[in-house]
Amino acid sequence: MWMGLSYVCWGISAALAAWMLYDWFKVDTTYSEAVLTSSREGELEAVSEKHRI
Amino acid sequence: MTAAVETGLTTTIHGDRVSLLRVLGPAHVWALGVGIVLVGEFTGWNFAADKGGALAALIVCWIVGLLYTSVAMIDSEVTSTVAAAGGQYAQAKHIVGPLMAFNVALFLVFAYTMLEVSDAILLGDTIVAKAGVEGLTHNSFIAATIVVLAWLNYRGVLMTLNVNFVITAIAYVSIVILFFSVSPWTQGAVLKLNELVTPGNALPYGWIGVIAAFQFGIWYYLGIEGTTQAAEEVRSPARSLPYGTMAGMITLLIAAAMTWYVCASLMPWEYLGITYYPLWDAGKLTGSPLLENLLFIATLLAALASANGCINDAARAWFSLGRDRYLPSWFSAVHPKYRTPYRSILFLLPIALAFAFIADLNQAITFSILSGVLQYTFMSINIMMFRKKWPLGSIRRGYTHPFHPLPAIVLFCLCMVTFFAIFLGFGSQLIAMTVFYFLISLWFHFYRYKFVRRGDQFSMPWPKPQGY
Repeated sequence: MWMGLSYVCWGISAALAAWMLYDWFKVDTTYSEAVLTSSREGELEAVSEKHRI
Repeated sequence: MTAAVETGLTTTIHGDRVSLLRVLGPAHVWALGVGIVLVGEFTGWNFAADKGGALAALIVCWIVGLLYTSVAMIDSEVTSTVAAAGGQYAQAKHIVGPLMAFNVALFLVFAYTMLEVSDAILLGDTIVAKAGVEGLTHNSFIAATIVVLAWLNYRGVLMTLNVNFVITAIAYVSIVILFFSVSPWTQGAVLKLNELVTPGNALPYGWIGVIAAFQFGIWYYLGIEGTTQAAEEVRSPARSLPYGTMAGMITLLIAAAMTWYVCASLMPWEYLGITYYPLWDAGKLTGSPLLENLLFIATLLAALASANGCINDAARAWFSLGRDRYLPSWFSAVHPKYRTPYRSILFLLPIALAFAFIADLNQAITFSILSGVLQYTFMSINIMMFRKKWPLGSIRRGYTHPFHPLPAIVLFCLCMVTFFAIFLGFGSQLIAMTVFYFLISLWFHFYRYKFVRRGDQFSMPWPKPQGY
């Protein structure tokens, strides 16, 4: 059982790492660098965020 | 102005900028702080007994508790004013200066990444120890821990800290259950403190053993200051951060006292000081399979919660460095859908994996503690400068800590004692790290700082400091 669990762990790690790399590529090719790096420190205090959680 | 950007990711960006989300409350702050620290009750603190005996482990529990209470009080005041991702980095940038801020950010990244590595190794080793199967190694469990938690952090801070809250609470409750299961009010039935800690063996190496025990006493509370990294993501920083941090510190003081009492009453100090699983072993020694399994699961959950919080904090410190161009601004990207510092999370992922596969637990723990103590030393100086430059009444504070400058002085003195203790045990690592920070400071001063937009990095709307 433990050896099986070990293989499952490798599988999950590989799948999630691949998903993150895919999503990273998708985001970086969809949005401009200016948008992605537009966060500014302290700015949120002044901005009313209207997002849905 | 609202420029909604519709894409295949069904993402809407409010305003011109993509920022971190303000979605957290005091419970998340508690989960972040206590989640990072609680693993120290399950392993780490007990090595203090090896250095100075069981009583030394209790003495440092109280004295180091004083150190961290000072940390929590000081941190709460400054962070309730400087509410920005990066925590102590943002504080240092506004109060001391860029070079200090750069170093503090590196302390943070090292402390949290090395703690994450230690947590993953602990989790892997615990599973291997439980399995007892020949040929089974910890590598797959380490990889799964680091990658799954990085994925969780990548997907959003709210879910990350909701998960942390649940698993931290379960781990904490397991300590409480263990404590009440062994009839703590009666000696002799299960607990045998009178026999195990006697005047003859309480301090086997005398008071120098107590000093040496400081190094591992840090583990009772290491990481509580990580709550400040959530400053930019909590809904009300001025209220949530002091409340969550102080509640976390009180929780940990209680957990530390219960842990010491149960473990010192069940195991001789010679064994307590070398085991990697003091609470799990305590569960075994009660003779109850239920408690044994509960403490095994709690050890895993505590390691997971700690690694989870560490990924969150290290990524935010790294992200902040990128945002101020102390590092390439590429690292300051925020995911437009999940609103997390996704590039920083991904960048630190292989570094953590590499250290987890090549470093051993003791080395990783020592680097984490060293970076942490360097950071606490900075905090004692930082609060003195903060109060001097912006005295009470000159700017709005969410929380004002009492008895200033006593906590700062106590913190500084205890940090010096801890440095001495680390020097006794790991002198070469201490010197190597000091040289590393010195060299990296030269690189920053003579090369990197020219890329920084100097006017942009000070974002707090404060009046000029007194004397300027």
